[in-house]
Amino acid sequence: MREITYREALNEALAEEMERDDSVFLMGEEVGEYDGAYKVSKGLLDRFGEGRVVDSPISELGFAGLGVGAAMVGLRPIIEFMTFNFSILALDAVLNSAAKMRYMSSGQYEIPMVFRGPTGAALQLSAQHSQACETWYVHAPGVKLVVPATPADAKGLLKSAIRDPDPVVVMEGELLYNLRGPVPAGEHVVPLGLADLKREGDDVSIITHGKMVHVALQAAARLAKDGIEADVLDLRSLRPLDADAILDTVRKTNRAVYVEEGWAYVGIGAQIAALIQEEAFDHLDAPVLRVTQADVPMPYAKNLEQLAKPRASQVVEACKRVLYLN
Amino acid sequence: MAETMADRSEMKGTAPAAPDELAGLEPDLVLGLLQDMLVYRRFEEKAEEAYAIGKIGGFCHLHIGQEAAAAGSIGPLRDEDYVITAYRDHTQALAKGVSPNAVMAELYGRSGGASGGKGGSMHIFGAGHGFMGGHGIVGQQAALATGIGWAIKYREQDRLCLCFIGDAAVNQGVFHESLNMAAIWKLPVIFAVENNAYGMGTAFSRVSTTDMSTKAVPHGVPDSAVDGQDVVATYTHFRNLAAEVRSGGGPRFVDVQTYRFKGHSMSDPVSGTYRSKEEVEGKVTQSDPIRLLADRLRAAGLLDQQRLEAMDVEARRISAEAADFAEASPVPDPRALYDHVYAEINEHGRLFFDGRDRGEK
Repeated sequence: MREITYREALNEALAEEMERDDSVFLMGEEVGEYDGAYKVSKGLLDRFGEGRVVDSPISELGFAGLGVGAAMVGLRPIIEFMTFNFSILALDAVLNSAAKMRYMSSGQYEIPMVFRGPTGAALQLSAQHSQACETWYVHAPGVKLVVPATPADAKGLLKSAIRDPDPVVVMEGELLYNLRGPVPAGEHVVPLGLADLKREGDDVSIITHGKMVHVALQAAARLAKDGIEADVLDLRSLRPLDADAILDTVRKTNRAVYVEEGWAYVGIGAQIAALIQEEAFDHLDAPVLRVTQADVPMPYAKNLEQLAKPRASQVVEACKRVLYLN
Repeated sequence: MAETMADRSEMKGTAPAAPDELAGLEPDLVLGLLQDMLVYRRFEEKAEEAYAIGKIGGFCHLHIGQEAAAAGSIGPLRDEDYVITAYRDHTQALAKGVSPNAVMAELYGRSGGASGGKGGSMHIFGAGHGFMGGHGIVGQQAALATGIGWAIKYREQDRLCLCFIGDAAVNQGVFHESLNMAAIWKLPVIFAVENNAYGMGTAFSRVSTTDMSTKAVPHGVPDSAVDGQDVVATYTHFRNLAAEVRSGGGPRFVDVQTYRFKGHSMSDPVSGTYRSKEEVEGKVTQSDPIRLLADRLRAAGLLDQQRLEAMDVEARRISAEAADFAEASPVPDPRALYDHVYAEINEHGRLFFDGRDRGEK
């Protein structure tokens, strides 16, 4: 299969869906003339025109709310946040309007829209530009959230998100945009709510999402050298959540470690640990452990940043702990 | 303290009254506006009564005193136009065609309510009537309105969106973001400030050093003002604005100067801490939009006491019927708790985490 970058995969998904459905439009800062702050929307302005690829003012709350209003009357907006750090300004539009409109109106309005952009840390961007925002969004009923880790999933999940009748948040990764991988040309759709078992092993389950899939795979490779084989489960979608896949791997290995870029408190791993103890308690041979960002705002200095981010060595350590090997 | 209505009108330099007593409007149309306003008034009084005896819960923001602002602005719109507003939304819903029965049943939290009992007083919706809802966070509907305007333009439709905001909302960032976007893209949106001079209990003059007329200026959006207690003036003003917006003129900003006769919500006294009894009584005596119109129609020989009473009887009948309907409407089915959180299509994975997906709820 041909290989393209994560960035190109997203671009293909956008172009194909805009071609397929003229109610789809893309709006955000720098998405048009500049080709996107991370070049995800490269070439789309030329192809679809300024009516459908729209450079917005720097007004996150305003243009996110604009998207919700447009969705209320039948369009399918894709709202790009340059990064999800900036989307914190737009939380009212997402959580109070998009997430609740269907419910408050007893189904009179659908909000078929996408909010997308990169989440989490890149390199030395310090505190305000380096935070994992999953918890803000996944907390609220009414919103769906997907976190693609590979180019193929970037394309397939974004296409599903655009076609979905509910608001879907698509969280990408600045450090993933250049990642190359096999991606089917043309129609390639990954349904929401299906996890992907990236690697199989019987000894321990490393469960994760987004960029941390790659850290988990590194850790699993190191563990294999010590004769420990890990399942690595990429959730891909955090709401809907593939609970069956989580429970299946835990029932197989009886041990689980969650790896995430975000903070531990009320993080995704906290939810997964709760789910495992509620529904697979008798299968557990050890507590569920979590590897997360250090509980600090992201520091700038390179050495401190490295200490703050979850590392493969920490994942190895956690896996050995649940195996009582250290 | 707040300036009087007359002061503000002079300050804004509103257009002189048309020579014709009804500004050229057909008498039947104006009598219709009177009937509408009577319905709005009696409806809200019925809601007030029902709230007092515990039939209506939560927050309940009455529109009494501001009837002309709704009747005069929504009156000239077409069925296919959109209206969106804040949480003081009962009257605008009625004006856009949502039935009094459905609005009252919503206040009662019943399944026959405009939002199926899930929205309540602050979240009345009427998608079939282009009524895009009452929204609870101050100013947020301004952004939604730009989206509705965006969609109208995107689809090249001959429609517009009328967005009401309260006077306090002009201090929210989202108001300015929305006006700027509407101006950049020439969206067919009328931003109408229902300016009742107080954001809850805070006088506008205490939270802004500049007059309402300055608020749209930085965005290049043409602004105007109208006496919102004069339904004839409001109607003709919005008829003209709608024509300008429809012809591609871009957004408009209008200061609709009105006054709230009741408290901010049912839990707030009519007068006391932030406005005096004398001020409120003065407004009720001199600026009641219904009385002003009735007097004007009487003076023009178009209305007599008998007809006015008959119209009021009809308004009371409609309101009483709405209350009866609400009373008789069943509470929502408990199974409705989980309806409409998401579309009913979910092929894979779990959407709810409170035990529901495991059959525990």
